[in-house]
Amino acid sequence: MRYLRSFKEHTILHLMLLPAIILVLVYCYYPMAGIVIAFEKFSGFKGMLHSPWVGFDNFTYVFKMPEFLPVLRNTVWIAVMKMIGNLIVPILIALLLNEVVHTFIKKGVQTLIYLPHFLSWVILAGILKDILSPSSGVVNQVITFFGFNPVFFLGDNQWFRFVLVATDIWKEFGFNTIVYLAALTAINPSLYEAALMDGASRWKQTLNVTLPGILPIIILLGTLSLGNVLNAGFDQIFNLYTPATYSSGDVLDTLIYRIGIVDAQYSVSTAIGLFKSLISLFFISSSYYLAYRLANYRIF
Amino acid sequence: MYKRSKSRMLFMICNYVFLIALSIVCLLPMLNVLAVSFSSSGAVSAGQVNFWPVDFNLHSYAVVMKYGTFMHSLFNSAERLVLGSVLSLFICVLTAYPLSKENDKFPWRSIYAWIFVITILFNGGLIPSYLAVKQTGLLDTIWALVLPGAVNVFNVILVLNFFRGLPKELEESALMDGANHLTVLFRIYLPVSLPSLATVALLTMVFHWNSWFDGLIYMKSPEHYPLATYLQAVTIDANSLKNMKMQDPDTLKFVSDRTGRAAQIFLTALPILLVYPFLQKYFVKGLVLGSVKG
Repeated sequence: MRYLRSFKEHTILHLMLLPAIILVLVYCYYPMAGIVIAFEKFSGFKGMLHSPWVGFDNFTYVFKMPEFLPVLRNTVWIAVMKMIGNLIVPILIALLLNEVVHTFIKKGVQTLIYLPHFLSWVILAGILKDILSPSSGVVNQVITFFGFNPVFFLGDNQWFRFVLVATDIWKEFGFNTIVYLAALTAINPSLYEAALMDGASRWKQTLNVTLPGILPIIILLGTLSLGNVLNAGFDQIFNLYTPATYSSGDVLDTLIYRIGIVDAQYSVSTAIGLFKSLISLFFISSSYYLAYRLANYRIF
Repeated sequence: MYKRSKSRMLFMICNYVFLIALSIVCLLPMLNVLAVSFSSSGAVSAGQVNFWPVDFNLHSYAVVMKYGTFMHSLFNSAERLVLGSVLSLFICVLTAYPLSKENDKFPWRSIYAWIFVITILFNGGLIPSYLAVKQTGLLDTIWALVLPGAVNVFNVILVLNFFRGLPKELEESALMDGANHLTVLFRIYLPVSLPSLATVALLTMVFHWNSWFDGLIYMKSPEHYPLATYLQAVTIDANSLKNMKMQDPDTLKFVSDRTGRAAQIFLTALPILLVYPFLQKYFVKGLVLGSVKG
């Protein structure tokens, strides 16, 4: 009787998981099996199982594409710059906000700076295209007012990558600041009192109490961001780039989209996707492993 | 408490000025769009409009709502938001509960947990995912925007961590009294987890409102586009207004592609602008719960 009851209890638990398991099997695991088309000359009529097998031909084709290496270089450059900026800038802002004594100003600033995080890149790209326009944009009106030549931020390959990195940091820094601010409030106030007794200035307190206090969370977020090494930000780039800026802004994800959806070369696109997924798998797993070893972080 | 030295005062002033300037930088682009949407096309193309409307009028908004498929897309987005959020939240809670049990109470837990974790680590990529949606017959239906992303593992983790923090006695005493797990979940766990669920609900709603890429690839006909996808098509297309086939010359005096676009951008951003400050308290709490406790 007892066993029967425990089985019944477990049956309910299994049933509760059933909807999610079905959805994950169909929309996550079935596509994982779908990567076989990277090794085929896929045709929609023949389907996944019956398309001719070509081994690694799609991969050799991809690696020989003239745009492949530049695209890989762009991807890593943009992603790494964003990782660094998105780690450092929020720490600085959190430290500065921590010095603010008026709660009203602190809350107000906090609320305004994380506004862009909630807006999609479609909206922000629409806004950026408008204010960065070389002829009528507000930014260039300011630049020309001070006697400089207008800059075509979104059309000039020298500027484009920096605009991508800067606008991404602008979008995310406020939101990333929240976690650090939470960690800052968790620091034991008696540490500051002790430092004050020893005659430490505010700057010394920041160096020797505040920073060590939030170091664990810095290490944690830093290691977790490693998994993004090939995520240059599809939404942002897709909505801001033009054929004129492909040479500085085209990344793996946009290439996968153009080859797969626009040109309908399913096998080639999947091959690039698999290349990206495998490298990302390595970095994401390492980042979780490092976060576990360094910060005792576990996802489950 | 601290020494009020001169350098300290100077630092404080600079800090306040800097932080306030920073918040303005985050707000100004939105103000610029708002000003452009309320101004006449002439003033806009002459570069007179910065952060205050010139020749204030509402024609751009009238045109956007009257012509084209803006209202259609607004309805699609609303439908998607309601369907998607309710379904996601329901599945999230249902999934988080069994996974929050200890291994000795529910031995299958770690197998299930791995099934979900693997989806974070690896994915099939664009084309295989597209084919999965196509082969399950969802193309061009609202379900293509709802079902594939219905299980968000990160949200599940957030909620299951919250469930784990609840006192074990809550569950044990209820089970002792003959309640089953469904009752425990819906009658005991849910009412006490409202803050964490509000967070997940907000995250999911913002996600659905902002998602545009799935609409672009899964929807064949533009009248099925959700608002974000529609806006994406409009901002890429330089002549979107001409495609709206409007004839009224009076309106054209006030409305150009730029003012029309600005009006649509602002209308799309408006729900988020209205919602996010009020949910901040819940949100920060939930975020910290999920990320710092781990």
